[in-house]
Amino acid sequence: MNQVSGRAWVFGDGINTDDMYPGFAMRLPIEEAARHMFHASRPEWPQLVHPGDVVVAGRNFGLGSSRPVPLLFRELGVAALVAEQFNSLFFRNCINYGLPAATLPSATRLIREGETVLIDFTDGSLRVGETVHPIAPLPELLRAVLDAEGLLRQLELDGKLRPGKG
Amino acid sequence: MPETLIQKVLGRASGGQAEVGEIVVCEVDLTALIDIQFAHDRLADVVSVADPDRIMIVFDHAVPAPSIRDAESGRKARAFAAEHGIRKLFDLGQHGIVHQVLAEQGLARPGWVVACTDSHTCAAGAVGAAARGLGPAEVLQIVCTGRTWHQVPPTVHYALSGRKSPWVNGKDIFLHIAGRYGDATGHAVEFGGPGLAELPMADRRTIATQGAEIGADFTIFPADQHCLDYVTAAAPDAEPAPVRPDEDAEYAAVRGIELSGISPMVARPGTVIENAGPVGDLVGTRIDQAFIGSCANGQLADLEVAAEILKGQQVASGTRLIVTPASQRIYLEASRRGLLADLVEAGATVTNPTCGACFGYHMGTLAAGEVCITASTRNFKGRMGSTEAEVYMASPATVAASAIRGVISDVREVVG
Ligand code: SF4
Repeated sequence: MNQVSGRAWVFGDGINTDDMYPGFAMRLPIEEAARHMFHASRPEWPQLVHPGDVVVAGRNFGLGSSRPVPLLFRELGVAALVAEQFNSLFFRNCINYGLPAATLPSATRLIREGETVLIDFTDGSLRVGETVHPIAPLPELLRAVLDAEGLLRQLELDGKLRPGKG
Repeated sequence: MPETLIQKVLGRASGGQAEVGEIVVCEVDLTALIDIQFAHDRLADVVSVADPDRIMIVFDHAVPAPSIRDAESGRKARAFAAEHGIRKLFDLGQHGIVHQVLAEQGLARPGWVVACTDSHTCAAGAVGAAARGLGPAEVLQIVCTGRTWHQVPPTVHYALSGRKSPWVNGKDIFLHIAGRYGDATGHAVEFGGPGLAELPMADRRTIATQGAEIGADFTIFPADQHCLDYVTAAAPDAEPAPVRPDEDAEYAAVRGIELSGISPMVARPGTVIENAGPVGDLVGTRIDQAFIGSCANGQLADLEVAAEILKGQQVASGTRLIVTPASQRIYLEASRRGLLADLVEAGATVTNPTCGACFGYHMGTLAAGEVCITASTRNFKGRMGSTEAEVYMASPATVAASAIRGVISDVREVVG
């Protein structure tokens, strides 16, 4: 999880969780729910995204509910999220489901859709083309969760959760 | 160092001082699990729970089960309660929206840390608890370990003064704040000031609940006498202690709110952030559906005000009004007082206590092109059904008045 490189999709400010994971999709299995991501703002996107891509957003990314949106991103193979500012609940949720998330002020100005970004979580940098930007470092506690590929895996390793099927 | 309210509560829970910016590991006093969480949150894989007496399970989001999948979640929830000896089980019959149940059972207390996988858990901030929504994985972790972490946020303090005008609800106060000051991402929002003493708990609960909509990490009120009386009435053996911030605590911002200056407010569709204004701006907007309910505004006080406005009146033809009491207790009390009869006589559809319409899941879903005015928590695009429906947000009084006219209306003109 220390380095991620992928093609960027750029979204705007205030993208909320109901948009990414609509209420009606909560009664669908994760594979199907993932096909409804961004149903309110960009419904064709789940068909366009490729495994390894990176999602970039503006301010207040992930305002809204605690539904496990990162599971849907992971289902579609999204490698990491970058935002100018994350909603704190959403940010915790991402890390806890093993989805790397980086904060970069002005991200939507610095990264254009389709560009390849290289994020290094160890040295705290994000490269677009020839330019390298510093990203906010992750607290140690959260780094450990990412390293274990998520909280559930960590709980399994600690013997607190019976190993899951997937 | 003088401390803000959230510093005080997180400091106590983590057994030390809680400096702003610091990550503290806290004991969680109460964790609430909800019905739909049992669909795919792997609760069935939990080896053992840290403390069954600090866990409650509430049936609220999808009750009575509207689908086989939801029925299966309910079965799993009951099995989980039986396996781990969880006695605080609010199954059908005792059910209600989790944040309402927490409040009326006295299960959220001043100075406690409360966790639940629902973003409006901040509702318990009304009684001085550090409460916030956490993702399902973290709630699973808390169930297993009894602990969580919080990064101590900087605080924005709202100093209330004066008295609110008739028909003004906590919703209007909140929409005033959200419309004027925008989001509070990464901050705690704290209330205080001389105006607080007269602000009823129902309004505090509405405001605290709505804090999620401006992205606040926590929304918290001091536990003053009013609050202590409320908690003691709900849980006579609770013996709650006052919790207040230090006088010279440091704030990211201090903003004064003169309550008498706030009039009925409406948020436009999409978000409440910098998107709400006085009702006058929108009077006359046609509506198809009006909704009163949710953890924010399905309280007894909300039903009372709606019944007062609707008694002897009729919902406009072509408009439907849905009223959802937030819990069985409220349903019963509203029934005893005749409020439900007043509402039904006026043409309202009174539903069972559930989250239902609030999150567009069942009972009250909107079709494309429809317009709704809601007293619930959230007005995101697609929240209550079709992404091509529009959701305005207002107080129960404004929603009731609008239902009578079939267009967004100023309650002060409707009641006269
Ligand atoms: S009523 Fe709405 S906001 Fe409140 S808990 Fe239920 S779904 Fe969430």
